Amino acid sequence: MKRVVITGMGIWSCLGKSLDEVRDSLYTGKSGIILDPLRKEMGFRSGLTAKVDIPDLKGVLSRSQRTYMPEQAKYAYCATVEAMRNAGIDQDYLDKHDVGLLYGNDSSVDPAVRAVDTIREKHDTTLCGSGAIFQSMNSTVTMNLGTIFRLRGINLTVSGACASGAHAIGLGALLIQTGLQDMIVCGGAQEVNPFSVGSFDGISAFSIREDAPEKASRPFDRDRDGLVPGGGAATVIIEEYEHAVKRGAPIIAEVLGYGFSANGDHISSPNVAGPSKSLRMAIERAGIGIDEIGYINAHATSTHVGDTNEAKAIYEVFGDRRIEVTSTKSQTGHEMWMAGASEIIYSILMMQNDFIAANLNFENPDEDSAKLLIPNQRIDKHFDTFLSNSFGFGGTNATLVVREIKQ
Amino acid sequence: MEKNELIAKVNSVLAEEFEVEESIITPDANIKQTLQLDSLSLVDMVALIESEFGVKIQPADLAKIQTFQALYDYLAERA
Repeated sequence: MKRVVITGMGIWSCLGKSLDEVRDSLYTGKSGIILDPLRKEMGFRSGLTAKVDIPDLKGVLSRSQRTYMPEQAKYAYCATVEAMRNAGIDQDYLDKHDVGLLYGNDSSVDPAVRAVDTIREKHDTTLCGSGAIFQSMNSTVTMNLGTIFRLRGINLTVSGACASGAHAIGLGALLIQTGLQDMIVCGGAQEVNPFSVGSFDGISAFSIREDAPEKASRPFDRDRDGLVPGGGAATVIIEEYEHAVKRGAPIIAEVLGYGFSANGDHISSPNVAGPSKSLRMAIERAGIGIDEIGYINAHATSTHVGDTNEAKAIYEVFGDRRIEVTSTKSQTGHEMWMAGASEIIYSILMMQNDFIAANLNFENPDEDSAKLLIPNQRIDKHFDTFLSNSFGFGGTNATLVVREIKQ
Repeated sequence: MEKNELIAKVNSVLAEEFEVEESIITPDANIKQTLQLDSLSLVDMVALIESEFGVKIQPADLAKIQTFQALYDYLAERA
């Protein structure tokens, strides 16, 4: 099997619009969560959300290109430009090679709502405009990035709920391991507009700790009361190792293992067996022992049952070997379709800069989180291998094991 | 709306939306070529005109409106 390495990263998130900004936010423990008054006016139970600015791409992309892009495609474009630049790839390279594209995305609600509003009001479909169809399809990110960058390799959107971004990287790694592709642009994108999470708010999944937005996302804490929705986009360029060496690419890390499983159980409540299986598979496929893992980036979203069952799964696999476990969602909220990709980048930034970001708001453990080593302050230490979990509605699970490569 | 006013507004709205210099919009110029419209952005022009002037260009009429003058005349009769 061929080796898979990461040669470029880019991000657009509530913690920053570049790797440098995001690294600094992780280091200082910045929260990206705010209270959005518009959501309260709209009747939301919780007005909490991550704050993500929509990039203005006028003058960067043509009018037509922008017309086909919903917000999450714009985030993904910016993240991908940064990732390609860092990987040393330009348009000339893309034009001469078959580069693939696998991106996690599992909704595009805002343009669909706007089109339906137009049809209801005007009784005329033409008035939806030309962009509505391309913006509202689930594959909007890959169709937009694929045409903007003129990519000619595999082109697919991966929809695996909140594990979409992790599955995109994992599936991409499999295609490279088997020699079907040399390079794939992978990532995850998440829309942030209120419509996209209105029905999610409706099932009381969100924290209502509105008096202190930065305290609302509190993974593993005993007094957590729900997640905070977030978003943006994160891109990683994955590449076959020899291919990367040959072109003199900056090799950042190696994707050692991809584990996956499905719970075959409840649609929203996760269990323990499914995630445990995913963790074990990723470690086994990485070909390493658990002692070699220096940090676990948990999926933990700040919901009661989700965090509890993940803590149980981690304990089941790692036992009393107390590896630092944190959830960067304490800073970002739940970046959902993007999370599996962004959390690989957050973890790599920490790995490159010798720290583990604080699990904010972890003030009191519960029975299960007490068995894990969860720092609520930043830890300055070096680690060279980490494991990242992503679990989604419907019981889809993905785990990635990544190791630093020093050049 | 006076016709001169209508012409000025049409030119301004189209130039801004399709990101062209307003000075290249002249009565005899071809709309598709001047605004660089393809079949998709033509749909956007119809939606924009409806939104700004309350006039929906009917599909059968669209093919006949080749120049800006034809568009001004079409709208002047209906707006």
